[in-house]
Amino acid sequence: MSTTNTGDARELAVDFHGDEPLISGDMSFHDITELVSGHTEKRTPLGWLAAFAVANIGLLILVTSIAYLFWNGTGVWGLNNPVGWGFAIVNFVFWVGIGHAGTLISAILFLFRQQWRTAINRSAEAMTIFAVICALVFPGIHVGRVWAAYWMLPIPNQMEMWPQFKSPLLWDVFAVSVYFTVSLVFWYVGMIPDLATLRDRATKGLRQKVLGFFSMGWTGANRHWRNYEKAYLLLAALATPLVLSVHSVVSFDFAVSVVPGWHTTIFPPYFVAGAIFSGFAMVVTLLVIARRIYKIENIITIGHLEKMNIIILLTGTMVGFAYITEFFMAWYSGVEYEQYAFLNRATGPYAWAYWTMMSCNLLFPQFFWIKKLRRSIPFMFVASIIVNIGMWFERFVITVTSLHRDYLPSSWDYYSPTIIDVLTLIGSFGLFFTLFLLFLRFLPMVAMAEIKAVKPEADPHFYDHSGDGQASGTPSLTSSHSE
Amino acid sequence: MIKEITTQVKSTMSIFEARKDRLYGVLAEFSDPGDLYHAAEKVRDEGYRHFDVHSPFPIHGMDKAMGLGNSKVGYITLIGGLTGLATGILLQWWTGAVDYPLNISGKPFFAFEPSIPVIFELTILFAALGAVAGMFALNGLPRPYNPLFYSEKFHSVTDDGFFLHIAASDKKFEIIRTVEFLEGIGASYIEKIVDKSSED
Repeated sequence: MSTTNTGDARELAVDFHGDEPLISGDMSFHDITELVSGHTEKRTPLGWLAAFAVANIGLLILVTSIAYLFWNGTGVWGLNNPVGWGFAIVNFVFWVGIGHAGTLISAILFLFRQQWRTAINRSAEAMTIFAVICALVFPGIHVGRVWAAYWMLPIPNQMEMWPQFKSPLLWDVFAVSVYFTVSLVFWYVGMIPDLATLRDRATKGLRQKVLGFFSMGWTGANRHWRNYEKAYLLLAALATPLVLSVHSVVSFDFAVSVVPGWHTTIFPPYFVAGAIFSGFAMVVTLLVIARRIYKIENIITIGHLEKMNIIILLTGTMVGFAYITEFFMAWYSGVEYEQYAFLNRATGPYAWAYWTMMSCNLLFPQFFWIKKLRRSIPFMFVASIIVNIGMWFERFVITVTSLHRDYLPSSWDYYSPTIIDVLTLIGSFGLFFTLFLLFLRFLPMVAMAEIKAVKPEADPHFYDHSGDGQASGTPSLTSSHSE
Repeated sequence: MIKEITTQVKSTMSIFEARKDRLYGVLAEFSDPGDLYHAAEKVRDEGYRHFDVHSPFPIHGMDKAMGLGNSKVGYITLIGGLTGLATGILLQWWTGAVDYPLNISGKPFFAFEPSIPVIFELTILFAALGAVAGMFALNGLPRPYNPLFYSEKFHSVTDDGFFLHIAASDKKFEIIRTVEFLEGIGASYIEKIVDKSSED
């Protein structure tokens, strides 16, 4: 290649990769350690305390409304005879869906070697775990006789009864609890090297002991990294089909029944796309705030946020396409109950909910075609919240509009939630934010070891060409292409 | 004989025996991942076997530089997955068709079709737990006590320090020659590690 062309070739190469540096600014390994661990070591900021107080009020609302429910029974909810599934199931599906983005980021993007994930995977996985905890609350409390909730699990008992494995509801118990366990293990294993970093920086005895316990004596030995990386890769490979299966199994709760509007084969992929859509929106909402407060804009860059907005655009379009396909299939099936169920959604008493869902999920993300809006912090913040409102309404539309008018017109009714329903939903956000704030305060919110490993300086061959000090073939460096 | 085997197995977990005079090994610091990588190659070529490198993040290609083979975690994961698969099948068959058969709309007491989701979930669960348990077992973790923790300098290993440790249990280990050798391959700092624990 002649020297005159080098400049152009370099620009082409950069354009082709389209890569901004994964970490902006000039940060050494030590700077990354300082920035991320520093937040867990300094005095509790006042802003955090204020936010924690608000979140705790929400948690208190949740606990109170659940206590009220336990004392009085499910009659305190707005359920009626055709609509036997209300807010509890809507909130359950909503929260499980939120969780999916975390696993997608930590597992699927890991398998695809998407190195930008390292900046956000820790917080996204934390979000997954907390969202699944919120989700697990609802099946636990909606059973009516809460003292019999353990019947959901195959525990040997004096009645000599076993759960009925032919029921999709039981599949759901297994899917969600396995999902929770595997996500938790994945998150913890990923955190061990970073907990060791905090341990080695700790000065006080108790902090050292607690961190020493949880970091398991990690010393960064290569004999350990060898098994560790393999286990991490395998966990990612196992979590990938798992995350796709969880919302598929959740959708079986609906799809395996014979209710018009539920009995459709499109449900599994449509639910998974919707879950990723809402989950990414939640990650954007949380990270836009967190990166600002904790001043980690250099690690979670605008480029990361833009990539997430592209995924929101993609999955939002898939979800919108599924809405339209459902309508088409209802017409094409020639089944009058099916056709009525969908016409009733769009024009019946719940048309307001249906069109909220359509505009939030199908129309709004389309603005992300415009690059300027994809990279605008205020716009993406608003959009991410709108997307989650839309996705909550999607579950509401699916659950309630399908049930409220079934085969027998004499039993038709209108479902409206009670104040307890609404307070439980608000309270679940309190639980979620309480857990998330605790995470931000006490644990390394960015995977330090992984961030360091994607720096060009982490490559042992980076140092080989002492002349320019840059490795060959490192995509994020622009000036290393040979003449 | 058995002691020899346990010593060898432990050395794959980076757990080494201290000498009679409590000397555990020599710790050397290198300035960057590149230096550490080449140092590991030289230590390997020199014939040392009981050594390990410590770094804040996994260094690409280090397994080869140290002369280590492939990790065995995969086999344990496979065993876990097969256990989960068998558990899923046996659990649903035995509860549904043997111990508590219940006629639901004339459906078979046990069939594979409705059993797939639970079989799948249990396979994933056991495989994932197998991967993690296998990783901990092969690494000899948790290991709350490690003589390397006595070194003040070693605290930076989880921050930005790159260390190479040659254990005193290595057959080629000889304190003066090993230190000279490490100096020769560019170590910026060298420290003797003494196991101060009272137990043997």
